[in-house]
Amino acid sequence: MIEEKKFGLEEDAILFEPIRRTGRPFYFTLSILVAVILWAALAYNYQYRHGLGVTGLDRPIFWGVYITNFVFFIGISHAGTLISAILRLAKAEWRRSITRSAEVITVLVLFFGVGNILMDLGRPDRMFNIIRYSQFQSPLLWDVSSITVYLAASSIYLFLPLIPDIALLRDHAGKWHRFYRIFALGWNGTERQHRRLEKAIAFMAILVIPVAISVHTVVSFVFAMTIQPMWHSAIFGPYFVAGAIFSGIAGLIVAMNLIRKVYHLEDYLRPVHFNNLGILLLIMTLLWFYFTFTEYITVLYGGEPLHMIIFWSKFTGRFAPYFWGMFVFCFVIPLPILAFRKTRTITGTLIASISVIIGMWLERFVIVVPTLTTPRLPNETVIYSPTWVEWSILAGCVSFFILLYMIFTKVFPIVSIWEVREGREKSMAEVQERIRTYLPGIGIE
Amino acid sequence: MVIDLDRCSGCAACVVACQAENNAPIIGPEESAKGRTIHWIELIPYIEGEYPHIKARLLPRPCMHCDHPPCTKVCPVYATYINEEGLVAQINHRCIGCRYCTTACPYTVKYFNWYEPRWPKEMKGSLNRDVSIRTKGVVEKCTFCHHRLLRARERAKAEGRELLPEDYVPACVQACPSGAMFFGDLNDPFSTVSRLSRERRAFRLMEELGTEPKVIYLSEGM
Repeated sequence: MIEEKKFGLEEDAILFEPIRRTGRPFYFTLSILVAVILWAALAYNYQYRHGLGVTGLDRPIFWGVYITNFVFFIGISHAGTLISAILRLAKAEWRRSITRSAEVITVLVLFFGVGNILMDLGRPDRMFNIIRYSQFQSPLLWDVSSITVYLAASSIYLFLPLIPDIALLRDHAGKWHRFYRIFALGWNGTERQHRRLEKAIAFMAILVIPVAISVHTVVSFVFAMTIQPMWHSAIFGPYFVAGAIFSGIAGLIVAMNLIRKVYHLEDYLRPVHFNNLGILLLIMTLLWFYFTFTEYITVLYGGEPLHMIIFWSKFTGRFAPYFWGMFVFCFVIPLPILAFRKTRTITGTLIASISVIIGMWLERFVIVVPTLTTPRLPNETVIYSPTWVEWSILAGCVSFFILLYMIFTKVFPIVSIWEVREGREKSMAEVQERIRTYLPGIGIE
Repeated sequence: MVIDLDRCSGCAACVVACQAENNAPIIGPEESAKGRTIHWIELIPYIEGEYPHIKARLLPRPCMHCDHPPCTKVCPVYATYINEEGLVAQINHRCIGCRYCTTACPYTVKYFNWYEPRWPKEMKGSLNRDVSIRTKGVVEKCTFCHHRLLRARERAKAEGRELLPEDYVPACVQACPSGAMFFGDLNDPFSTVSRLSRERRAFRLMEELGTEPKVIYLSEGM
């Protein structure tokens, strides 16, 4: 106890708990996740040996669950960096205990977005042809470029605010001393270092916003640049970006709920955080509805036969369960929960978020698949039903993501300690000062 | 290429000839029901008009070899591109199998190898040695029997003469029993295809998309 006091660990001690002690529930969850991942690995191995024929894909539905997953995971990744960057730049003080958990999502989930594209390739062994023979007219290469930049930028953006916390661990944790020493980059908390760090974080926060927007715009371009009906739409860029932020916030709320429960961080992740994020999610719910409405009403009013076939297949036809499922999960369920102060609680936002995540996966599916079912030239009707291989790989991706996230919380503090402390020590005065500058009649020259 | 729909009897000889010429795999009825058959030229059934003025028609559909192909634009690795002859070529050994071209093509002429291609044992000896066998996981499509052009050119060179139009004809055109298919140089104003392409019956599939197909159809009489 005395020792801890000396090192300044007493306050916020609970944030170090997950790193210090690992209990049985952790290993239990870990083994379940590993089992699912191994199962998915077997499924992929099966697909690798036999070919993509083991999926439900066919001609003309050449793209299915994997491409849906790709768009979905890249969308979830918009949670972190974008939200944290915007909150930082807006100097929203309530951000302090949530930014880290958001930024981690971004970096980790990106691997699964990219992974799904690779698993969708018929010849993954030739993937380096993309570098050897790059053809920059292809939107797929725009994807490769912007996702690479995004991964690099968001990794740096995750790492920078980690430095002071790593230094803290270097000085106190005891285990993995060398590891922490390397990554602390010689941080010792001087005024000069602080100034530089803040500058670097601010720079990255600004840089990361256009990069994040470009990523999802380019993902949408993969579809929008073709001339296929209901893909070839100018609204796709912003529609995808809005959808990405929408599902991203939902992902963040779910993650925060779990962290709060598992690591007893009730004091750090308070109802106000969930309330504020809930309001953001509400705005995105409405924005999502607005985009969806505009997208479909223009198609309906235009009434081009080619587009209408696909339109009706979504509204009343084969894809109606998916389409209306999406509408219920993305709009009907979350809207009332988030609209009322009474239901915008921690549990309320959790339910709404889970609903949004399911809904957004369906949305991606409803965008990718129906367009492909009805090519311009008459074709035999083919029904696409994903096989166990595709579902296993989706389950594996989700499990692997949770696993990595869990491991991260065991190595680094999931709440940014120095930022919370800085908030306590400095920002009260700072905010007061800032408010002064807004108000007339309080003499500041 | 010009296809005269008035002369076409829908016998599917072109489809069979193409299968044999280009080593298209035989996938069996189950896979076929899933829509995974590979035939580079296909007979597309379609309904024209509305009841009572209704007609069922058949349309042989090879690759259109567009002048502005939507597929070559989206390929990330130059595995599909327009070659010197103006044909849309496909390099099976470079294709990464992303299937972007297959979704971008408005004519759905591109096929994917869902499995390793297979043939019954008896057929293995009769595969065409001029056409390379594809592997699983790559896209393939009609090449206008490009290997025949290479052959014809070599023969002409060996015989010390210029390449003549009749030296190079794709398998489907050669096999057509009703003489409905014509093949030649569209840039030569005096060639048969050139003359036919200026006929009043001439049309191209989905011209409005701006793809400028090099396959021209002559419409059927009413």
